[in-house]
Amino acid sequence: MNDQLYQYLLLLGDNPLILGHRLSELCGHGPSLETDIALTNISLDLFGQVRHYFQYAAKLNGENQTEDDVAFLRYEHQYKNTLLVEQPNTDFAYVIGRQFLFDAYHLPLLEQLMASKDKQISAIAHKSIKEVKYHHRFSSEWVKRLGDGTEASHQKMQTAIEDLWPFVAELFEETPLEQAMKEEGIGADLSQVKEKYDADVQNIFELAQLQRPDHQYTQSGGKKGVHSEQLGYILADLQYMQRAYPNMTW
Amino acid sequence: MQDLEKAFQARIDAGEVIEPRDWMPEKYRKTNIRQISQHAHSEVVGMLPEGNWITRAPSLRRKVALLAKIQDEAGHGLYLYSAAETLGISRDELYDQLHTGKAKYSSIFNYPSLTWADMGAIGWLVDGAAIVNQVMLTRTSFGPYARAMVRICKEESFHQRQGYEIMLTLCKGTEVQKQMAQDALNRWWWPSLMMFGPPDAESTHTEQSMKWRIKRKSNDELRQYFIDMTIPQAEVLGITVPDPDLKWNEERGHYDFGEIDWDEFWQVVKGHGPCNKQRLDARKNAWNEGEWVRDAAVAYAEKQANKQEQIAVAG
Repeated sequence: MNDQLYQYLLLLGDNPLILGHRLSELCGHGPSLETDIALTNISLDLFGQVRHYFQYAAKLNGENQTEDDVAFLRYEHQYKNTLLVEQPNTDFAYVIGRQFLFDAYHLPLLEQLMASKDKQISAIAHKSIKEVKYHHRFSSEWVKRLGDGTEASHQKMQTAIEDLWPFVAELFEETPLEQAMKEEGIGADLSQVKEKYDADVQNIFELAQLQRPDHQYTQSGGKKGVHSEQLGYILADLQYMQRAYPNMTW
Repeated sequence: MQDLEKAFQARIDAGEVIEPRDWMPEKYRKTNIRQISQHAHSEVVGMLPEGNWITRAPSLRRKVALLAKIQDEAGHGLYLYSAAETLGISRDELYDQLHTGKAKYSSIFNYPSLTWADMGAIGWLVDGAAIVNQVMLTRTSFGPYARAMVRICKEESFHQRQGYEIMLTLCKGTEVQKQMAQDALNRWWWPSLMMFGPPDAESTHTEQSMKWRIKRKSNDELRQYFIDMTIPQAEVLGITVPDPDLKWNEERGHYDFGEIDWDEFWQVVKGHGPCNKQRLDARKNAWNEGEWVRDAAVAYAEKQANKQEQIAVAG
């Protein structure tokens, strides 16, 4: 098996897995029926993408592995999602802030992956980008609505962005795995993703009357399997059935 | 006035569809608002017991199917609120009636979803019972409600098959899974039968609703139809309904069944079921915590409209 490719698929699949999970926690609790439907829709899209990545990973692995083994049966340190996507649904501003800060990365990431030499990854990216364009439109519209809505919503949106900002840098920290995949023409070039990210975020923040945070400190580790305290609780939920009732068909 | 009412009844009797702008008796309007909004609230509150298992769904395939199902329910809530709004009431007023307890929703959602098998049992029994009620409503006299029901019924029957398929997988699985399925059936069976409402003799709304074709079959008829349909399905699963008196009656051509615990039913209707408080609190919290978000959306839309206006004036 090509272990690097396998690991790279985990890296690509774990962000939508954990973000999809966070969004799915909100189902039935949104501020309006319309936003509830939209957030559930995004969650559904993300899980659809996860299935594509993990079905491919399971096939590479052989040994009768399934997408569910990949999704549910790893230990904490084997999950490679960034810290940003595991942050909690503190309030709607955090949900929107987290979504926008991820979508602004996800979109140019997929643009790069469409050109991947790996045909499967390229096909997944082609399919996913249509969905992610919609996610980006939804989240950026809401950043503007909250940022340039009322005084209270502006405050909440600015606070959420301040609190989430330390997790942004990790999206662009190139791990040895990502470097190797980039050099093989399979993975994305994160420096190019970052260029688009910075321009996009700057533009939306201006339209939303938001200040781009200027703090220098950053938090990272997720891509290498060192997570925040949040992930353990997510996995306790996510893995509950598979751990409590092992080796059964559902 | 009496002539108008007579003419209205004649239209109903001739099988005509009533549209929002048509003249209608005030009580017809109110009854429809009550029934449609109760139905809309049921869709929205009904998202909660199933939502309880999304994060713990046992496979990606099941998780996606469950999310999609709950999203459909939110969509049904939207069509139904829109249908109710055509009768001259706003969505905010309808929510307010839900939050203050003035409006009811289906009592079944006041029961807890305790295991994964409940996702199967809810789809199979609760959606199954809902379909029996709703198929009749596709030909109800009020046009917007009837049309919403056509679309909803198609999706509900898909949900019902999906729920049954979850049960089937459990029943073909390990002993533990089969026990989980049986336990879910034990807990959901009686509440599902209560979904058809009190016995005809005690049902306060039935007679007038039948006359106006808001309702087309009585509670007891529908309940019997549901039982007759469901028992063979339980037999295929190899699990049994928790009713020692259940028995095929050759003469009637129907199943006889045991006494329903109507005291329990009325307790839950009055707000004393196992999850009434949690369900209503969850809806109220979502609404109250969402207020600043809705206010922001309105304020932003106004600002954008003003900008457009200024551009138009300057231009």
